Amino acid sequence: MDSITKVIRWIDYRLPFFSFIDHELRGYPTPKNLNYWWNFGSLAGITLVIMILSGIFLAMHYEPNTKEAFDSVEYIMRNINYGWFLRYLHANGATMFFIVVYIHMFRGLYYGSYKAPRELLWMLGVIILLLMMATAFMGYVLPWGQMSYWGATVITNLFSVFPFGESIVEWLWGGFSVDNPTLNRFFALHYLFPFLIVGVVILHLIALHQHGSNNPLGIDRKEPRDSIPFHPFYTVKDMFGLGLFGLVWAYFIFFNPNFFGEPDNYIPANPLVTPAHIVPEWYFLPFYAILRSIPNKLLGVLCMFGAVMILFFLPWLDTSKVRSATFRPYYKWFFWGFVIDCFILGFVGAHSPDHIFADFGNLSNQTLGQLTTAFYFAFFLLALPLLGIFEKHKPLPKSLSEPVLKKSIIVLTLLTLSHTCSAEDTPSIPQEKWSFEGPFGTYNREDLQHGFQIYQQVCSTCHGLKHVRYRDLAALGYNAEEIKAIAAEYKVEAIDEDGNVIEKPATPIDTIAGPYKNEKAARAANNGAFPPDLSLITKARPGGPNYIYALLTSYEEVPPKEVQIAEGMHYNPYFPGGQIAMIPPLNSGVVTYDNGAQPSVNQMAKDVVTFLAWAAEPELEERKRMGYKVLIYFAIFTGLMYFLMKRIWARVKD
Amino acid sequence: MTEGTLKPQSHKPTRRDFLLLTASAVGAVGTAYFTWPFIDSMNPAADILAQSTIDVDLTPIPEGQAITVVWRGKPIFVRKRTAEEIRAAEQTPLSELIDPEADQARVKKGHDQWLIVVGICTHLGCIPTGNKPTQNRGKYGGWSCPCHGSLYDTSGRVRHGPAPLNLSVPPYAFLSETHIRIGTDEVTHG
Repeated sequence: MDSITKVIRWIDYRLPFFSFIDHELRGYPTPKNLNYWWNFGSLAGITLVIMILSGIFLAMHYEPNTKEAFDSVEYIMRNINYGWFLRYLHANGATMFFIVVYIHMFRGLYYGSYKAPRELLWMLGVIILLLMMATAFMGYVLPWGQMSYWGATVITNLFSVFPFGESIVEWLWGGFSVDNPTLNRFFALHYLFPFLIVGVVILHLIALHQHGSNNPLGIDRKEPRDSIPFHPFYTVKDMFGLGLFGLVWAYFIFFNPNFFGEPDNYIPANPLVTPAHIVPEWYFLPFYAILRSIPNKLLGVLCMFGAVMILFFLPWLDTSKVRSATFRPYYKWFFWGFVIDCFILGFVGAHSPDHIFADFGNLSNQTLGQLTTAFYFAFFLLALPLLGIFEKHKPLPKSLSEPVLKKSIIVLTLLTLSHTCSAEDTPSIPQEKWSFEGPFGTYNREDLQHGFQIYQQVCSTCHGLKHVRYRDLAALGYNAEEIKAIAAEYKVEAIDEDGNVIEKPATPIDTIAGPYKNEKAARAANNGAFPPDLSLITKARPGGPNYIYALLTSYEEVPPKEVQIAEGMHYNPYFPGGQIAMIPPLNSGVVTYDNGAQPSVNQMAKDVVTFLAWAAEPELEERKRMGYKVLIYFAIFTGLMYFLMKRIWARVKD
Repeated sequence: MTEGTLKPQSHKPTRRDFLLLTASAVGAVGTAYFTWPFIDSMNPAADILAQSTIDVDLTPIPEGQAITVVWRGKPIFVRKRTAEEIRAAEQTPLSELIDPEADQARVKKGHDQWLIVVGICTHLGCIPTGNKPTQNRGKYGGWSCPCHGSLYDTSGRVRHGPAPLNLSVPPYAFLSETHIRIGTDEVTHG
C-alpha cells in the first residue's frame, strides 16, 4: 500500500470520513430507473451552496442601514470587481432556487415520494420550503427599494390578524413602522437562515438515505439488480443536469438580469408613497392570490399560511397505498389539474384584484382567485382522501427490472410572467430601436457623448446622477484630461483648514451630484415636485428606455378637452395621470453638437436615453461579453457530460 | 455492488476514459473560472483604486516640523528638515545602519529639505511619534515608536531595533516647488 492509502486508513480509523463518502456518495445503492425529474434534488443542493457563497461575498460590501443600503447595492453594481455578477447571480439565484424546488416538490407529489416510509423526509422538505420563503422574503427587503419596503410592510402586517397582533408586528419591526431596526434584523436573519436550511437539508439527506430514493414506478426495490451505485451513474447524470441548469441561469444573469425583478425596486424606499401596483416576487404569487381572494382578513391570512401548512399533512391526506401516479388513472388527472391550478393562482396574484379578463367572458380576477383557491384546498382535502378509497389502480409491476420505461425528456417550460402595467389608462409605449438592445447590442459611443452633452446642458439643471462618477465617463470615450475638465465645471462641498464649508471644483472621483442640496430644496425650486435622480431611471420605470423616450417626445401643448391641467403642470399622455411638472425639456435648438448639427427633438431624446441607459447599466457590455463565454462553456460542458453519461449508462440496459 | 465489478476488463484506454478526462478537465477549469469573480470582489474596488493619488501643499510646513497626510488610508509623514538634520542624515556612515541606505536615495534630487515617508513602523505597524518638536523623537532625532521602542533618524532610517527596515518612501513627485503628488512617480501636467 502506498503512503496516501496509509494516511487515509489512519484518518478513517479515527474519523470515518472516507468510508462515509464511499458509502453515501459512491456506493450508495440507487434505483436504476430514476428519470430526469430526479435531477432537481441535487440541483437544489448546488443552488443552495452557490446562494450561500454569493451571499457571503455580497455581505462583505452591503451596508444594512436605511441610509446606506440602497446606495451600497448600487456601489456593489458599479465599483466592486464583478459586483454586478455576484448580485445578479444571487438575485436570479433566488428565482432558480424556487423553480428547482417547486419542480422537486411536484415530482414528489406525482410519484408519491411522501408516502410511507418517507413521511418525515417529505415533512423536512416542507420545513426547508418554509425557511426558504422566510429567507427569500427578508433578502428581498435588503436592497431597500420601494418594493423591498412595501413588501416588508405588507408581509409583516399579516401577523396583525393574530391575537396581540399589533404587539407582534411592532416586535417584528422594532418600532412603529418598517425602519432601520427592521432592516438590521432582517439582514442578520437573512444571513442566519440559509445555515438553518443547510442543517435541515442534512436531516433531509439522512432521512433519504435511510430507505433510499423513491422511483418512477413507486415500488420498493426487491433484488440487487434493481439498484446501481450512485457514482458514476447518477453523479454524471447530475452533472449533465447541472450543465443545462447553468445555461438557463447564465442566460438570465448575463442577458436578462432584471426579468424577474420589478422596476419599482430601483427607486429608493419611500415610507410616504406606496407604488401603484405592488406584487410579491413570482414564487409567492399563488399564496398571495389565496390571501387576496378571501374577503375576510383573518380567514385570508389563515388560508395563505394553511396553503403551505397543509403540505405537512399530505402523507396522511393521501389514502392511496400506491405511490406512483403512473398506476393511478384518476389521480394523474387531478395532479395535472393541481399543477395548472397553481399556475393560474400565480397568474391571479400577478394581476390586481379588480382586474377583469374581458377575453374570458368578463371573468373577474377575484372570482378566478376564489375558484382556484377552492380547487387548491379541494385537491388536498377531498380528492386525495377520496381517490385512495374509490380509485382502482393499474396492476403494479413485480420489480424495477420488469418494465422498460421510456425516459421522459424534460422540457423546461419557463415561466412567462405577465408583467402588468402600472397604470392602465396610459397608452402602451411604442418600441424604439436601441443600439444596446438584444444579445449583441452595445452602446453607440457617439450617441453616448451627445446624450451626455444634453444631460449637461439640459437635464443637469434639475437632475443629478449620484451613482455615476466623473471618471466613469471614460466609458463614453473621454480621456483623463477631458474628464478632469468636465469635473472641474462642477462644484463640490469641502471643509477648509479653518473648518468652514467651502465649494471647490469637483475631481474625477466625485459623483455627479444634482444641483440641489436636499429634497426640500429641490421641491422648493420646482413647485413642490421632486426631480428624481437619473442614475437608474431607465431601470426604475416600467418600459425602461422606451418609456423615457416616449415621455420626452410626447408633450402636447394643448391637452385633450376632457383633461384638466393644474397650474404649473404639463400634459404628457405617457406620464401616469397625464400631468407632469417637468417642462418640455427638449426643444429644437437647445443644444448644438460638436459637428455643428442641431439635432431634432427625437434625435436628442434618443441620444439622452442612450446615455441614461448607460448610466443605469454601465456594466452591460462587459456583462454580455462575459455571458457569451459562460454560455459557450456550459454548452461544451453539457455536451461532454451527455456523451460521458451515454457511455457510462450503456452498461445498464436492464 | 461497487464500481469495481463493473469496470471493463481491459486496461487499454477507452473512449470512456478519454471522455472522463476531458469532462473532468473542463469541469475543473470552469470551477476555477467561477471562483475568480468571488476572489476579485475582495480586491480594492474601482473607486478606491481611483483615489490612489493625493496632492499635498508644502507651504504651511515650518522648518523642523512635519505633517501627517493620509494616502490610501495610511499616514504619510511630510517633513521639512533643518540644515543640521540633513547634514546628520548624510554624514551617518552606512556601516552604522541596520538597513543600509544613503540619505540621497531617500529624497528627491534638489529637494533635500523634504523627507516623505510612510509613517508606519516596520516592526508591527504602530505609528511613530516625532512629527512635532514637542514629541519624543528619540536619540537619533527622527521618530520614536511608542510600541516597542524602535528609533529612526532624520532620514527615516531605523537605528535601533526591533524594527528591521527603514520607514518606506512612497512613490511621489514634485508638481512644483511647493506641491507634491503622492502615489505616482510620474507627473502629467494638466
